[in-house]
Amino acid sequence: MTVDSPSTSIRYRLLEEDGSLAGELPAYEDPWLRDLFVHLLRVRCVDQRMLKLQRAGRIGFVGSMLGQEASMIGTGAALREQDWMWSGLREGGAALMRGLPLDEYVAQMFCNSNDTAKGRQMCNHLQHKGSHYPSWSSVIGTQIPHGVGAAFAAKRRGSDEVHGIYFGDGATSSNGFHSGMNFAGVWKVPAVFVCVHNGWAISVPSSAQTAQSDYSKKALAYGMPGYRVDGNDVLACYEAMKVLVERARAGEGPSFLVVETYRLMGHSSSDDPTKYRDADEVAGWEGRDPIQRFRTFLEERGVLAVGEADSIEAELLAQIDAVVHAQEAAPPMALRSLVEDVYAEVPRHLRRQYNAFLRVAERYGEAQRGDGAFPL
Amino acid sequence: MSNLTLIQAVNDALHTTMQADPSVHVLGEDVGKKGGVFLATENLTNEFGEERCFNTPLSEDGIVGTAIGMAMNGLKPVAEIQFQDFIFPAFDQIVSEAAKLRYRSGGQYTAPLVIRTPYGGGIRGGLYHSQSGEAYFCHTPGLKVVIPSTPHDAKGLLISAIEDPDPVLFLEPKALYRAVKGEVPEGHYTVDLSTVREVRAGKDVTVFCYGAMVPVAEKAAEAAAAQGIDTRVIDLRTLLPLDEEAVLDAARSTGRVVVVHEAPRFCGFGAEISALIAEHAIEYMEAPVARVTGFDTPFPNTLEHHYLPDQRRVLDAIERVAHY
Ligand SMILES: Cc1ncc(C[n+]2csc(CCOP(=O)(O)OP(=O)(O)O)c2C)c(N)n1
Ligand SMILES: [Mg+2]
Repeated sequence: MTVDSPSTSIRYRLLEEDGSLAGELPAYEDPWLRDLFVHLLRVRCVDQRMLKLQRAGRIGFVGSMLGQEASMIGTGAALREQDWMWSGLREGGAALMRGLPLDEYVAQMFCNSNDTAKGRQMCNHLQHKGSHYPSWSSVIGTQIPHGVGAAFAAKRRGSDEVHGIYFGDGATSSNGFHSGMNFAGVWKVPAVFVCVHNGWAISVPSSAQTAQSDYSKKALAYGMPGYRVDGNDVLACYEAMKVLVERARAGEGPSFLVVETYRLMGHSSSDDPTKYRDADEVAGWEGRDPIQRFRTFLEERGVLAVGEADSIEAELLAQIDAVVHAQEAAPPMALRSLVEDVYAEVPRHLRRQYNAFLRVAERYGEAQRGDGAFPL
Repeated sequence: MSNLTLIQAVNDALHTTMQADPSVHVLGEDVGKKGGVFLATENLTNEFGEERCFNTPLSEDGIVGTAIGMAMNGLKPVAEIQFQDFIFPAFDQIVSEAAKLRYRSGGQYTAPLVIRTPYGGGIRGGLYHSQSGEAYFCHTPGLKVVIPSTPHDAKGLLISAIEDPDPVLFLEPKALYRAVKGEVPEGHYTVDLSTVREVRAGKDVTVFCYGAMVPVAEKAAEAAAAQGIDTRVIDLRTLLPLDEEAVLDAARSTGRVVVVHEAPRFCGFGAEISALIAEHAIEYMEAPVARVTGFDTPFPNTLEHHYLPDQRRVLDAIERVAHY
């Protein structure tokens, strides 16, 4: 495989937009295909519920995954248990598939006392240590060199992990992208860079992000192969990622995969995209729904009975609603959390600051039991 | 005169300077059609065209670095950093380049750019949409650091910053963007940099504050007044270069001082005020200087209302220094 002629074993598309076959399919087990569908649908259901809660003022912020489900589920499904996923804002759905429990997901969206990050991060910054999914800070591109360093560590330790490093088209302009790609190329680390090209970085179109219209060509400058796939074709995403992940695992070095999809909603729940993009463009992409495409394929193949998808959806929504309900009853956050986890031990100056704060909080009846002063 | 919010006043200042001076250019992420995530640059692209107000690729380092070059070659760039939390990729360009260019070139080259950025908490933005990083920049000779707290000052100070011959970091308290409204003169006017504003007269205690802490201090001062503590409130509004004489005069006038900021305490701006007073006005002081600040921790999300100094914590400090 030479750098400027990417291997033909990576196909842009396996399913046409109408769900029909774009050439021959690899052999798949039907139950696996059905599971993949459930994962896809779960992402959409969670997303829709979170947006609804946000509109009702019950959670602060949602970075919607609508329209991008196949890109994260398809590529994420090609990572094995020991592999890591370094995420941006919109990969939470893949974390669910890889093991993040739904209640932890919802607790993080509420930033409540059950949140494993202890309500420190803004909503929509998920993490799950068990499936090697650190949270994104918020600072665009910073996770890219982290993933490279972790992949370097895997190599040094003789582990066979591969690191999937995810980021948006906007993030390709960041310093982290350049450093991460460059170091990865030089060090030949076991990593796959996944650029989720969704057309926009808030209001900046991807065409204004770089003068190179084919994002996959960026890889060439770093001495690694780059590929593009239809990000709304879950099987194309899966197959491409599988080749690249196993290539990395075999010690053949990093690669770059651009999954071409579209952000159907605004950048976040605080954004009004009608100010900067055409309704026609959005409508065009609405007609290329990745879930509908896969559903049609599965119905044709007989994996899903007609109407079965709807009952799966109803079941998923009921599960999510039950979790939301339980999470809304989370106890209040302990005040001591203010000064904990800054260091391994709460240092003396922070204990003193907390105690001084507590004196005022107690005066106004705000402290709860368990919020007591630290010994100095 | 029109009655504007703080963010409308920022927009008005940009509009006024762009109209008066064709060298003024606005650049940043999403400042174009969208008008910025907080709408500070709303309509500027419509009115002045994409050549004058434009989106950049997603790189703060690129935004500030290119703005420095523009400033060195005849333009007046006003760069927006979407959140102050995201300024750090540009830290090198600000600290190593913009702030030192005049000095290292013996005054031959200068970088008269303005970097505007929303700072501070109050929007449930967690660690990376809430920080107050002024102290990092106040430790940087060659920079000016300005923080308005009213619509009138926001416009007048921003126009001064754009007309200033040196690089200015203009920190906008996002919590006040729409929370304060006030009379703003039409057209061009300036508020001098390096001057303070007396928000409230008082003879017992002086509270120094800036940005989003100004209304908090004001409310605490009112509550203190109800207890017979006559509290003077001073809005510093330019942190660097600081009007040291005005600070010392105010400290001497009451002999009791509280400093309020939402940034962490250790090496925060309050430490500078406190040291200044200790060095030059200690003989006038009747009580130790009290600081009310954010904790020495990252900025929390769920507990942000406890992290941020509020009226109660400021009042508590005023009482303590008053009754010392
Ligand atoms: C360093 C930095 N600058 C600016 C921002 C504000 N911001 C958050 S998301 C975003 C756009 C990201 O676009 P992209 O990388 O394409 O990801 P997408 O949102 O499309 O998933 C911007 C500018 C940030 N989070 N970090
Ligand atoms: Mg994008």
